[in-house]
Amino acid sequence: MIEARFQGRLGGFTLDVSLSTPASGVTVLFGPSGSGKTTLLRCLAGLTRLPGRLSVMGETWQDGAVFMPPHRRRIGYVFQDAALFEHLNVGGNLLYGRRRAGLGMDAEFDRVVALLGLEPLLARGVAKLSGGERQRVAIGRALLSDPRLLLMDEPLASLDADRKAEVAPYVEALSRDARIPIFYVTHDVTEAARLGDRMLLMREGRIVETVALRGAAPDADARAWLARRLAQVGGDELAAELVLSGASPTVARLAVEALRSSGPEA
Amino acid sequence: MSGLADILWLTLRLAGVTTLILLLVATPLAWWLARSRAWWSEIVGALVALPIVLPPTVLGFYLLIALGPHSVLMAPLQALGVRTLAFTFTGLVIGSVIYSLPFAVQPLRNAFQAVGDRPLEAAATLRAGPWDAFLTVAVPLARPGFVVAAVLAFAHTVGEFGVVLMIGGGIPGETEVLSIEIYRLVEALEWGQAHLIAGGLLVFAFAVVLSLLLLDRRTARPRP
Repeated sequence: MIEARFQGRLGGFTLDVSLSTPASGVTVLFGPSGSGKTTLLRCLAGLTRLPGRLSVMGETWQDGAVFMPPHRRRIGYVFQDAALFEHLNVGGNLLYGRRRAGLGMDAEFDRVVALLGLEPLLARGVAKLSGGERQRVAIGRALLSDPRLLLMDEPLASLDADRKAEVAPYVEALSRDARIPIFYVTHDVTEAARLGDRMLLMREGRIVETVALRGAAPDADARAWLARRLAQVGGDELAAELVLSGASPTVARLAVEALRSSGPEA
Repeated sequence: MSGLADILWLTLRLAGVTTLILLLVATPLAWWLARSRAWWSEIVGALVALPIVLPPTVLGFYLLIALGPHSVLMAPLQALGVRTLAFTFTGLVIGSVIYSLPFAVQPLRNAFQAVGDRPLEAAATLRAGPWDAFLTVAVPLARPGFVVAAVLAFAHTVGEFGVVLMIGGGIPGETEVLSIEIYRLVEALEWGQAHLIAGGLLVFAFAVVLSLLLLDRRTARPRP
């Protein structure tokens, strides 16, 4: 289990959340900009410190005066802007965290490199990568640091439609392949439905609703079905679909608003 | 009078030692100035920058007093048998370090600020502790800043006059550097020799500025 409770102010913003999710599958943090998704993710990583407590799979990472600094937490973090090290090549980036985890270029390294299609890039300088390639390297770098929890902050949001289409399949493969729990921040409802096992709906620093996405629809391949529907419909139809799939009217309304505010995507 | 080679050697030795000490002192200082959010860190920043606007003779005057035989700062050293640091090579190094400090701190501070939080956060999520992240991420990313700081500190030390004259007194073989030698030669009406050194320093200064500009151009080149 991953159990967290954070309550505190950060400038003019107040985060007040409490969550308890299984330590497997993809938990999507979903909500409009400024709803506190990234702040919550940073609190889980220890990059931002707000009063509260956090335990991950029985290990206390934060509780009162106890605060494990980020470099002691076994996390992988994918930043929205990739945040690759410009002074290292792709291989150097991938191995930065792996070496510090006491590992090297082993079978798992080859597996992740293959999963993300990074073989042809290994010797390349970071400056010579496209946006989509950068994001794939960032995902690989995080995975290779041998994390127990993978945190991804809108890894596709900074990419244009073509790049997004290029990287999305890798992320999807990862979400199916994942041996560790993933927290995935997005404000894109299609992405949320496609990748998530569950969705925490956030608004104004609070989690307003938790939605189970997997098995929500009657079909066997429930998520694919929901993703298809969400991609096709908009507005009130979407609200209806969400209600039908088990979400409350509040959730449906929020999802529709988020979809409208983020413009017609997919 | 000592030969020109001795004076040149002394000048280069002074600039070299000063640059080395400056990099060691300025790196943590610039790092702290770049990352501190406390308003009063700007007071420290202003103190560091002071030598830029202060007349060198003023700085040299205070240093002469501070390093002289009657200074309280010298008391601990006097217990060890060192009476004064005024008019010594060591005194010259101390004066040069203080006088050139802003020229080393400012490029490093800018470079560290340009690195920003993000690469360090990324390093932290990849198991790098603060020291590890500083040495393997911040320093390599700030490398252009280190080059600029070293070049400026070296060149500025070679070119200083006022502080060096006040604290050093231009003692041949001990504290007489090129810039003071030029002044002495002109006073002695030995214009030919003065021309030689002045011309040499002019070429040196031009080479320094040109290499800095070329360096800046290379690092500022937009990424494809």
